[in-house]
Amino acid sequence: MTDSPNISFVRHVPLPPSPSPVAQTGIIKWMRENLFSSIINSILTILSIFFVVKMVIAAAPWAWNGVWTTSSLRECRELLGGTTGACWSVLTERWNQLVFGFTYPKSEYWRPTLAFVLLMASVAPVLFSRLPRKLLIVSAVYPFVAFWLIWGGTILTPIFVGTALLAAYFSFVKMEQHVSFVVGLLTGLVVAVAVVYLGGFVTEVQAGFIALEPVASRDMGGFMLNLILGTICVSLSIPLGIILALGRQSNLPIIKGICVVFIEFIRGVPLITLLFVANVVLSYFFPPGTNLDLILRVIIMITLFSSAYIAEVIRGGLAALPRGQYEAADSLGLDYPQAMRLIILPQALKISIPGIVNVAVGLFKDTTLVSVISMFDLVGMIRGPIGSSTAWTGIYWELYVFAILLFFVVCYGISQYSQWLERQLRTDHN
Amino acid sequence: MAEAQLQVSDEVAISIQNMNKWFGSFHVLIDIDLTVQRGERIVICGPSGSGKSTLIRCINALEEHQKGSITVDGTLLSSDVKNIDTIRSEVGMCFQHFNLFPHLTILENCTLAPIWVRKTPKKEAEEIAMHFLEKVKIPEQADKYPGQLSGGQQQRVAIARSLCMKPRIMLFDEPTSALDPEMIKEVLDTMIELAEDGMTMLCVTHEMGFARQVANRVIFMDAGQIIEQNEPEEFFNNPQSERTKLFLSQILGH
Amino acid sequence: MSSPTGTETSGFRLSMLINDTRYRSLTFQAIALIALIFAIGYLVSNLFSNLSQAGLNIKWEFFTDTAGYDINQMPIAYDNQMSHGRASMVGAVNTLIVAFLACVSATVLGVAAGVLRLSKNWVVSKIMAVYVEAFRNVPVLIWILIIFLVMSNLLPQPREFRGDAATSSMWFDMVAFTNRGIYVPSLIMGSGAWTVILTFLASIAGVIWFRRHATKVLFDTGRMISTFLPSIGVLIVPTVLMFFILGSPIGLEYPELKGFNFKGGLHLRLSLIALWFALAIYTGAFIAENVRAGIQAISSGQTEAAAALGLWPGKVMSLIVLPQALRVIVPPLISQYLNITKNSSLAIAVGYMDITGTLGGITLNQTGRAIECILILMLFYLVISLSISAIMNIYNNTMKLQER
Repeated sequence: MTDSPNISFVRHVPLPPSPSPVAQTGIIKWMRENLFSSIINSILTILSIFFVVKMVIAAAPWAWNGVWTTSSLRECRELLGGTTGACWSVLTERWNQLVFGFTYPKSEYWRPTLAFVLLMASVAPVLFSRLPRKLLIVSAVYPFVAFWLIWGGTILTPIFVGTALLAAYFSFVKMEQHVSFVVGLLTGLVVAVAVVYLGGFVTEVQAGFIALEPVASRDMGGFMLNLILGTICVSLSIPLGIILALGRQSNLPIIKGICVVFIEFIRGVPLITLLFVANVVLSYFFPPGTNLDLILRVIIMITLFSSAYIAEVIRGGLAALPRGQYEAADSLGLDYPQAMRLIILPQALKISIPGIVNVAVGLFKDTTLVSVISMFDLVGMIRGPIGSSTAWTGIYWELYVFAILLFFVVCYGISQYSQWLERQLRTDHN
Repeated sequence: MAEAQLQVSDEVAISIQNMNKWFGSFHVLIDIDLTVQRGERIVICGPSGSGKSTLIRCINALEEHQKGSITVDGTLLSSDVKNIDTIRSEVGMCFQHFNLFPHLTILENCTLAPIWVRKTPKKEAEEIAMHFLEKVKIPEQADKYPGQLSGGQQQRVAIARSLCMKPRIMLFDEPTSALDPEMIKEVLDTMIELAEDGMTMLCVTHEMGFARQVANRVIFMDAGQIIEQNEPEEFFNNPQSERTKLFLSQILGH
Repeated sequence: MSSPTGTETSGFRLSMLINDTRYRSLTFQAIALIALIFAIGYLVSNLFSNLSQAGLNIKWEFFTDTAGYDINQMPIAYDNQMSHGRASMVGAVNTLIVAFLACVSATVLGVAAGVLRLSKNWVVSKIMAVYVEAFRNVPVLIWILIIFLVMSNLLPQPREFRGDAATSSMWFDMVAFTNRGIYVPSLIMGSGAWTVILTFLASIAGVIWFRRHATKVLFDTGRMISTFLPSIGVLIVPTVLMFFILGSPIGLEYPELKGFNFKGGLHLRLSLIALWFALAIYTGAFIAENVRAGIQAISSGQTEAAAALGLWPGKVMSLIVLPQALRVIVPPLISQYLNITKNSSLAIAVGYMDITGTLGGITLNQTGRAIECILILMLFYLVISLSISAIMNIYNNTMKLQER
């Protein structure tokens, strides 16, 4: 009997938004929900706070009450007269040794310091894409400048090597455009070798041309040694890692086999065995009579080590790329080198960056292992010359706290950068 | 339609004879015989797993066939790399998931292959690219990145990218299947324009309206074989095989 | 258009080596193989000429020569008149011991830290965050050294336990923490001891069977048998009964202060303890991150769907979240075990005689047989790594989600 109700409806004027009801948050409410929401939670909170307070009470007065100006442990203890206090003066007195090592000539400290400052400047445009791209020229030039600063010698050596690489690059590009990738590669190699060979003659004659006092590799030490090993080995292992990853991923069984064997072997052994190889065995594999510096041998082994891990990271990046990208490149007619250079590798490397940074951080921490083969990096200095010197025997907390803080700042900084970068990349793709 | 037929010439663009393909022990394409005239537009349809995508991917050597022959524009598809390269520069392909290169701008996506494969100078490549971007009606997006475009726009860019290589044959592998419904029309319109310009097209699709409007021939595949082929009107109104009837009832039913 | 270019039977031409897809891959591989053979040949020839110049050749007899050095931690019988081979074996067992201990404790620590990190309690999760970040970002060598130094400096000397004015005492009169190491009671296996152990193993099997049976009953009849208390009972009661019936065959030997040192009991040296603790705490931080990532990887949609079906939180965790999270957690967990094994080689820094210390350290220095020693050393670690990787692959394959 009754008509069905009129169901049509139109709103002509939208409702304005209104403010939310009286504040839902407040610190008491937050504390109640997060810290004390249940009996177990409350107990945990109280225990944790108690634990933290206990640690702070034990550590803070010791650190705060530090002595900064004495020159031996005994003097520290006299000054403190029985109260607890840190003998921070070991850091002030031995700062140079901790940073530069035992035998680096004092007058030349400005050189590695300058190299370090330039490192920050040259790495910045690589890490932060917002900076002007022209700064990349600084990054490209940096390795040669840094080599000259740290090892000394005539400036002609890095100039010739740099020119060789530049000439090789240009001849490669020219040949690749007009003939083929393989011919371009070979031409580049020939040009590079030729320039270096000729340059060798020139540097022999003009050994004093704008030269800095040469510093032998065995004089490097301290935290500087960790930084040098870390940056050199990571930079060199990235191209090697790319080649290994591509090889491992290829369809050609022999090439794949070679790469797999290499990668699995390196990943299966501890770094310290490879350092033993560098120390004792590696020189046997070079032609009789060659005498490579220990630091060079260590750089070779650490680079091989790191390249295997980076290869695995890049392999993951290559696998994460959708197959459609490979197919699109194929269907457009691009050949293997072109597809890899223009399409696949740029994307795969972008995806792999967080993983590569992880490997880099791990490698930087692993550079402390050289202290086991009697090289005096930061840890080696602490255990060796400083820890056993008469003035400072018996001291350990202060030195290790310093080392812990130093490594923590660097490594945490790098991993925070990596997380920031991951967030950036995630919003890029959408 | 009669006008569409007029553009079909007598030249053979693609000739597939007795082609067979196996994935391991699975016989995925069985005795395929197909001749495509220049200017012909062919729609291939069929249930999923019938081998239709595999068929067109064999034509530009994304998949290898084990038996039989495929000849494209007079070049035999063999294991000679030169032949494969020749064929790939004559045949353009559009994928279901567009496969644009996300790290390059739209313009760079389109100029990449002409610069590196045909060695075209950059300026000329960019002019060609803008010409085809205008053709697909999105020239203003040239400096954007693929991630900033909608699905329909991306697929149109993919079509333009293939066209920049001046192919004589275009292959479409389910170009609209990954698109939201409101974007399908813009892509189909682009494809219809392409057809009216005389492009030889092989299109794997479920869009039967498109088939009716543009195709010279509709081919139905099932279980790796060509079951039936006919002109669109005959095919849709008068399917001969039982399997074709079943398929059409499922597709056109709802 | 022109006639078809070439047919399949045109005959073999040299340029086909590069152009034909069938031969191309073979050509490249042949080149790579030849290059590899040349490179290896070059290196090996250098090696042999250098070795002969130095008067060394690859010989393996040194393994049977007398070692002549003592090893401080000896889990298997050894004295300095035994061979180098025997010394290496002692080192290998030491490596496995510390690796096993560290793996177990790192897992426990890491899982606890990872779960707590996700707790809603702000204080607890922040403390765990501090732990994880602090330990992950400092080299493990530093942690090993500092734990060793702290323990050797802060723990009391054995003689401080002596007498009425003793400044330190043993825990429950059983465990002594000294700066020479930790002395714990050792087990004395009397006759019948193995029967007790077997009973315990049988009870474990019994509990597993019982729980399976309870699930089967639930599926068949819908009746739920409570399993918690009965499981505990089955686990404990038979073993305890057997223990007493056989007259307490397993006894404890307590360490006692005799002279300047503790005698009896099990002596866990400081180097072992420091290495164990450092590895466990360091790797625990990494495992915590893995666990956290694994649990967070399970999309909230899963827990929401489970809750919508009416499952209570405990069952949601055990039936839905944990099985999926384990798939994500276990592979990196296994590679952390690998890292622990490899990092244990740092034992040499604190004087713990693992295989790197014996074979790669003292034996290498004494015999000068560097290449042979390092080769065997690497082989040892490789075998362990490859076995662990194989286990991981088996796990991955059995756990793979079935996809179309």
